[in-house]
Amino acid sequence: MDAVIKTEKLTKRFGNFIAANELTFEVGKGEIFGFLGANGAGKTTAMRMLCGLLAPSSGKASIAGFDIYTQTEKIKRNIGYMSQKFSLYDNLTVSENIRFYGGIYGMTRKDIKTKTQSLLEVLQLQNEAKTLVSELPLGWKQKLSFLVSIVHDPEIVFLDEPTGGVDPVTRRQFWDLIYYAANKGVTVFVTTHYMDEAEYCNRVSIMVDGVIAALDSPANLKKNYGHENMEDVFYELARKAKRQGD
Amino acid sequence: MITLENIKKTYNKGTITAVKNISFAVNNGEIFGLIGPDGAGKTSLFRILTTLLLADEGRATVNGFDVVKQFREIRNCVGYMPGRFSLYQDLTIEENLSFFATVFGTTIRENYNLIKDIYQQIEPFKDRRAGKLSGGMKQKLALCCALIHKPDVLFLDEPTTGVDVVSRKEFWEMLKRLKAQGITILVSTPYMDEAKLCDRIGLIQKGEILSIDTPANIVGSFPEKLFAIKSSNTYQLLHDVRDFPDTASCFAFGDALHVTFKDQSDKDISEYLCAKGHTDLVIESIAPGIEDCFIHLLKN
Repeated sequence: MDAVIKTEKLTKRFGNFIAANELTFEVGKGEIFGFLGANGAGKTTAMRMLCGLLAPSSGKASIAGFDIYTQTEKIKRNIGYMSQKFSLYDNLTVSENIRFYGGIYGMTRKDIKTKTQSLLEVLQLQNEAKTLVSELPLGWKQKLSFLVSIVHDPEIVFLDEPTGGVDPVTRRQFWDLIYYAANKGVTVFVTTHYMDEAEYCNRVSIMVDGVIAALDSPANLKKNYGHENMEDVFYELARKAKRQGD
Repeated sequence: MITLENIKKTYNKGTITAVKNISFAVNNGEIFGLIGPDGAGKTSLFRILTTLLLADEGRATVNGFDVVKQFREIRNCVGYMPGRFSLYQDLTIEENLSFFATVFGTTIRENYNLIKDIYQQIEPFKDRRAGKLSGGMKQKLALCCALIHKPDVLFLDEPTTGVDVVSRKEFWEMLKRLKAQGITILVSTPYMDEAKLCDRIGLIQKGEILSIDTPANIVGSFPEKLFAIKSSNTYQLLHDVRDFPDTASCFAFGDALHVTFKDQSDKDISEYLCAKGHTDLVIESIAPGIEDCFIHLLKN
């Protein structure tokens, strides 16, 4: 496996509290990796470290080939990030948002122009290029937000609960986009509370109280824990948690 | 008991319609679920029923009181947990609870019974400020505050959004116990799997109710034959099944696809998929779930 995320005993302490405890795992290129855990299990802390936003207390990690201690700026240039809170500008149009993020990532005007065309095509939003983002329905905002996060062709994209609050059809359309990105070789690292979405991942890790309690393909997890679906696997592992909430 | 008759609500001088002519009733002692995505109009309905917002048209009552003329009576007999955390961040758990008890002219002790199960879980942290609590603890405190005056009707607007599977299960256990005490509960959620935990549900989208019934009846009225199809490559399978000429609808559901066919039969699909190189193929007829019904209603 060609690993684009590689961690070894990655740990973050806040005083006596160990938010993330000796995380060791690898994520391969083009893989869709589901990063699950109960509220408070340490997912956000781990994600912030992997994005180069939070310095680890100990352990090693490389992201897209860059060191998590010394090359955080290079990491940031080579990843995309989409959170449940949209980072789109409501009072810019669809194409202005794409141009803005392309500019931030240092793309040339020419690249931004061709990229804008192709992204609008993927989204089938050609007619909405000049529409203000504030006027788009939630589902479209989510999709645009995702494509903006991969505008600079990053090695990895981190998605933090990307599908909250939309209808079941829109939620599935969003996963079509995730597959589209993964097929282009972008590694997708995604958190979700929808357990059916865990099934769409190639592999899934489940964090409990700061440690990775399980990591495997959904099929193997179901087999090993003897459950019919991922919800029951998750429930069995997460209910043992001793920590309170996030 | 809650009734709504032809309730309509628009915003921005009538340019945005949040609720279109909605009518339904919630029976005493029932858990009624409003199931639908963001922007469906769920919160507008909650705010109209809790007398915080005036409808443009229509009538509504809660516990026999009119939401416009008798708003004071309603405010005394309902508990409301808004979707956004709205307790006082700089008061502690105990101070928040005692504040809400005092506002309603009661004490924590008087109705302690009702909240005991829930409150005990956060009591060890009772001196912690609400702003410093985790999501799950905030949710429990908000529920305690909504219950402290022993309301007849409880309004819960997306209480489980963003909450993990374990906490969601616990929360629904609590609702069942409150129902057993005779409290009527109107609850909204974007999670389709929670629908089956309600006595009756209303599926809502773009300000309109698509269907109202018991979960069993909604599932029972699914008009087509539904099949689950699995193979070792789900993504490829999704594309291939969508390309199959006789496919009417095809959506991913976890590790399987849920598929309906134009002629209601799965004939030829197995051969077609084998020819496409799929292995470990499983095709079976299945009973639909609430999410299948919702998707079906959205399409029509």
